[in-house]
Amino acid sequence: MSSIVQFDNVGLRYGTGAETLSDLSFSLRRGGFYFLTGASGAGKTSLLKLIYLALRPSRGLVRLFGEDMVTIARDRLPGFRRRIGVVFQDFRLVPHLSAFDNVALPLRLAGVSERDLQRPVAEMLEWVGLSHRSSARPATLSGGEQQRVAIARAVIGRPEMLVADEPTGNVDPEMAARLLYLFDNLNKLGTTMVVATHDLHLLSRIGSATMMRLDDGKLQDPTGLLRHPPARPDSF
Amino acid sequence: MFELFRFAARDKGVLPEHRSSGMLPWLIAIMLFLTALACWAGMSLAGAAASLSSDLDRRATVQLAEPNARLREGQIRALLVELDKLSIVESVRRVSDEELSAMLDPWLGDTARNADIPVPALIDLVFTQSNRNGLDQVKALVTTVAPNAQVTADAEWLAPASSLLRTLKWLALGLVALMAVATGSVVVMAVRSSLNTHGETIDIMHLMGASDRQVAQLFERQIARDALLGGTVGVIVAILVILPLSARISSLGGGLPGETPVQWWSFPMLILLPVFGVGLARLVARRTVMSNLGDKL
Repeated sequence: MSSIVQFDNVGLRYGTGAETLSDLSFSLRRGGFYFLTGASGAGKTSLLKLIYLALRPSRGLVRLFGEDMVTIARDRLPGFRRRIGVVFQDFRLVPHLSAFDNVALPLRLAGVSERDLQRPVAEMLEWVGLSHRSSARPATLSGGEQQRVAIARAVIGRPEMLVADEPTGNVDPEMAARLLYLFDNLNKLGTTMVVATHDLHLLSRIGSATMMRLDDGKLQDPTGLLRHPPARPDSF
Repeated sequence: MFELFRFAARDKGVLPEHRSSGMLPWLIAIMLFLTALACWAGMSLAGAAASLSSDLDRRATVQLAEPNARLREGQIRALLVELDKLSIVESVRRVSDEELSAMLDPWLGDTARNADIPVPALIDLVFTQSNRNGLDQVKALVTTVAPNAQVTADAEWLAPASSLLRTLKWLALGLVALMAVATGSVVVMAVRSSLNTHGETIDIMHLMGASDRQVAQLFERQIARDALLGGTVGVIVAILVILPLSARISSLGGGLPGETPVQWWSFPMLILLPVFGVGLARLVARRTVMSNLGDKL
């Protein structure tokens, strides 16, 4: 079994305050589907930020794709970040870019030519039901539409791992089901999924998903399954 | 070269076109206008100083203030013959009465010609290239032929002017350097302001895998366009000012040797200034962005 994310005794502290995250030790296996739950303020977003390389831990070891991310040179980070798709809780769309250009941004940064990106971006917008809004700017989109653009942007580059922070928080149940279907399909294609959510219905829809629960910055892992995950059934 | 101005398709629209640094092209236009003026002044003064120095080193004037006209004419003819025989002298000629009058007219008007003012006879001589310091030999010869005559190296009486020209040249070049520093500082401030304005966009780009170099390229290209626009406007206006100005300076006709207000190569240099400006702005923008982003994760 290969782990795509490995945390060992990780702690995170903002400034000089108390630790937001304490003693996190877990492994996420490549191709797994993980739901991250916990009360507001439990540290879900902070943990996701450590995973998608927006923060460095205050202590401990973080390994992604088999590489130590704590001591890695800064100029090597972009290469790893391109392998991770992120759906931010607050969407973080670029305000002056259209929906199309927001979705195309990861491809442009990866050096894909304008000609080659037109079709996948159009298809992705069609899939999230926003073909008719492709030229609209984020300020003119509803919360749900912005969230769909954010999801399209996160998955357009076929990342190895998708990190989503409350991805269905602003969409109707039908769209939530479609997004979950997309996530499940991406996962079946080999994308590791890490989804932070409050939505209990979401948790029940992916039977194979592993649950991770954060309480006051500590990961609840009474059985030690997260720290020492079992081998995948298909590896026997 | 063309990469300097090319706007890569993958950068399209990532930063908005209207920025807080929207005044930058006009600031650069003013900077480049002043730089072009200083540059032109420096080049002209450098040319004039060089020309003056090369002339002065080899030139001397024999002045014969003999009141007896017949004696004076005889000594002049003898001096012309004897000086011409010297191997260290390349050319020797008597300054004609018309030339003397032309030199005196601006100061005395035409009264000098009519009022019978005693005007000394002058002989201009030019030493050969290899005998720039043959003044003593000439003085010895002149003293034997015409004891009342004085020999003066042109460098002696024009040295202060030559020194002034050289000082002004360095002053102008110093101004060019200062303007370059000021232009760079303006670019630094504009880039920092733009970095603050677009901090959120840059964070998003970073999280999607953009390298610092890619972010810096966005700023470089935007600054390059601003610098090219501003630089072109500034230099065009400067040339429009310089052309009539140099024509007026030429028309002054002060009669100084080496007077060359406009060098032919000044204008190609001025036309290249926007390119230098773009290069400088790009370099400064890149270093500013890279050093500012270096503090982030």
